[in-house]
Amino acid sequence: MIKYILKRLVMAIVTIFVVATLTFFLMNTVPGGPFTAEKSISEQARKNLEAKYGLDKPIMQRYVTYITDALHGDFGISLKQRGRTVSSIIATKFPVSAKIGGISVLVALILGIPLGCIAALNRGKILDNIIIVLATFGIAVPGFVVCTMLLYFLGVKLQVLPTTFGDGSWTHFIMPVLSIAFYPTAYIARLMRSSMLDVLGQDYMRTAKAKGVSQFVSLFKHALRNAVLPVVTYVGPMLAYTITGSFIVEKVFTIPGLGREFISSVLNRDYTMIMGTTIFLASLMVFINVLVDIVYTIIDPRIKLK
Amino acid sequence: MKKRMLALLLALVMTAGFVLTGCGEKAGSGNGGNDGQQTSDEGGTKKELTVQIGPNPETLDPALNSAVDGGNMLLHNFECLLTVGEDGQIKPGQAEKWEQSEDGLTWTFHLRDGLKWSDGTDLTAEDFVYSWKRVCDPNTAAPYAETVLGMVKGFAEAQAGDLDALAVSAPDEKTLVVELSSPCTFFESLAAFATLSPVQKATIEANGDSWATAPETYVSNGPFVVTEWVSSSHIVMSKNEYYWDKDSIKLDSIKFMLIEDDNATLSAYQSGEILFAKGVPTEEIPSLEGNPEFHVDPMIGTYYISLNDQKEPFTNEKVRKALSLAIDRDYVANTLMQGTYSPAYNFMGPGWMDTDGTEFINNSNGGQPYISEDYEANLEEAKQLLADAGYPGGEGLPALIYSTNDSGYHKVVAEYLQQAWKQLGINVNVDTVEWASFTPLRRAGDYEISRNGWVGDYSDPSNMLDLLYSTNGNNDGKFVDADYDAAMEESRTTVDPAARSAALHKAEDILMEKTACIPVAYYNDFWLQSEKLEGVWHSATGYWYFMYADIAE
Repeated sequence: MIKYILKRLVMAIVTIFVVATLTFFLMNTVPGGPFTAEKSISEQARKNLEAKYGLDKPIMQRYVTYITDALHGDFGISLKQRGRTVSSIIATKFPVSAKIGGISVLVALILGIPLGCIAALNRGKILDNIIIVLATFGIAVPGFVVCTMLLYFLGVKLQVLPTTFGDGSWTHFIMPVLSIAFYPTAYIARLMRSSMLDVLGQDYMRTAKAKGVSQFVSLFKHALRNAVLPVVTYVGPMLAYTITGSFIVEKVFTIPGLGREFISSVLNRDYTMIMGTTIFLASLMVFINVLVDIVYTIIDPRIKLK
Repeated sequence: MKKRMLALLLALVMTAGFVLTGCGEKAGSGNGGNDGQQTSDEGGTKKELTVQIGPNPETLDPALNSAVDGGNMLLHNFECLLTVGEDGQIKPGQAEKWEQSEDGLTWTFHLRDGLKWSDGTDLTAEDFVYSWKRVCDPNTAAPYAETVLGMVKGFAEAQAGDLDALAVSAPDEKTLVVELSSPCTFFESLAAFATLSPVQKATIEANGDSWATAPETYVSNGPFVVTEWVSSSHIVMSKNEYYWDKDSIKLDSIKFMLIEDDNATLSAYQSGEILFAKGVPTEEIPSLEGNPEFHVDPMIGTYYISLNDQKEPFTNEKVRKALSLAIDRDYVANTLMQGTYSPAYNFMGPGWMDTDGTEFINNSNGGQPYISEDYEANLEEAKQLLADAGYPGGEGLPALIYSTNDSGYHKVVAEYLQQAWKQLGINVNVDTVEWASFTPLRRAGDYEISRNGWVGDYSDPSNMLDLLYSTNGNNDGKFVDADYDAAMEESRTTVDPAARSAALHKAEDILMEKTACIPVAYYNDFWLQSEKLEGVWHSATGYWYFMYADIAE
């Protein structure tokens, strides 16, 4: 087990290194640069800027400098957001995205699991059909439609919720969380329904019933615990994906989060920000995946880590 | 079994952990509802105005800023030697009077008494000397250095690192003397340009480039001071108690919501959270026509098309002119662009100031538009020109490539141009390029035809006419014409207003005659403003002034 985890960790570090290297060279081959604008600045000003940020050096030298600095924990300063370090930007933006994303995952679990169970238990009945239709709707409707609709009805028509994130009191969270939780809730409900149906048809469930185990116990002790396994597999990567922030939701609700920062750094060719956010997000993804694998073997002893 | 429970618990804790990491710093003080208006405080009623004028500014450092978004923030926080008033005219700012020598080479500014920084310390002429030299410093790498100080004596030496060479001096605490290497009749506009705001040496030396990112270290001298900046969310500015004209300021604070999405901006406006919205979604404009809260006003700037004048067939003036005449400008501006632009029959539109203070456009081409407003006749002439050029009915011309980025009306205009030029028998392919790659492509001349545009930094016509000067960095069409260059040089060296005006008009005559580029439409500013909001004005260059605003009961 320990050996396996160590092996996975070494692999994780290699993965991150490869991602960083690829990103570095790819972003430098894409045309454009951080100092281009509709109005060109003078040649001298551009040269001064490039010298200031070390962009006048050959690419290999920049790569070595960057990796060396990064290994010492220095991710440099943003080329666009003047006077801010990449680390400080990530440190202020990530918690905002993580909080909204985390709440959304909780909401999705709290709503999705019971909905899926209810549907499975009422298979073929009207309740099941309603839930299936809702879940299909939830999976089919794209996120930006959801947030625009919410914004229009709750923010503009009824005026019950603030339209911008502002200082982030609890009312500001409702619409972004609903927008982000929409898809995973629907997905979890569907996943839960089919896996529950699968479990309910198992021999051990019949045995439990024959033994005279009450329906409550058989459901919660035997069925649910087994049926929830696919959800756990799904939640891991989904959590990693969600807490890193959604570009669209953050843009629509003016949330100062990392998702927006990541996309705009690419569009603006903010090289240091691209590197910093990529390395950060890649690390997060890789380590959450390792964690999920470990958690999974604990939940389901049938799986052995090798 | 225990193990499994433990694992489930672990998974839950993990999720909760991520949720809680964000909780720390925010003690919610939000009061959800109508933030756009006044918020009560224990000490009485405080006037807070909430508006949207742009997204998160890249920087609030006057020397480093090169964008209108940043400039709009800066002019509330800083005051230059001079400022721009409601009527667009130059007004005294930190300097109460100023004069230029007869040869136009020496400018002397006299500062007001008792000027202070927002931290309460004295502001002197020496602070301007420091700030202006900082703009030239290669270590500062200010993008607008050459635009605002290029004509000052010793600029080149200063840009090379010898800052003391810059001929800006403070003979006493209240006097600033600037010596120019060539006369600059619009130097007053530059003295009111945000890049030349005074900045405090003490805070910059103590905090480096990060001085302009935190309210604690952001010392300024304007009517407002930044008290909160949540990057990509909002900026709050409060009245500066040390500002010389603070008695004229009616608001206690202004909150700039940094909303990026236009639909979200409209929602915030409709819900009453903001009283002013600059980001109006273009698809909503038809529904806003006739609404007293929706305004459209001209800006100085032109949406134009660059032709790569160094490439065949654009080396032929007749082809260039034919392409220009085949465009129905009225249709483009009023139908395609829904009146948010105005048709451009000249290169220099309304708002540019001639040397005698009148509208430049009124004196252009004897007061007549260069391009006739009669589209049918234009189209006939275009066909004839193309035939004269040796391409009757477009025969012999390869398919041309029109490059543009995809935002605003650019794609719609591109599709229209395909149709318009098809009438001449010319096939056009549209090449949509991502924004960050688009500007370098254009700059390198790596295109045939491309969308272009310019909004003036100040109202002197040279600001836009310089774009076609052969060696100008923004001369994307690579237009090279000795007479044009001579006219522009004349406008830079002469001190006689009439001669200067004549030179500038001559330049535009040449530009239009040779179709150096194709003007299509003039920019307009359009916005939503609550009827409760008073005393707001804007310049034709796109800057917004909320400092003297008030909210009616």
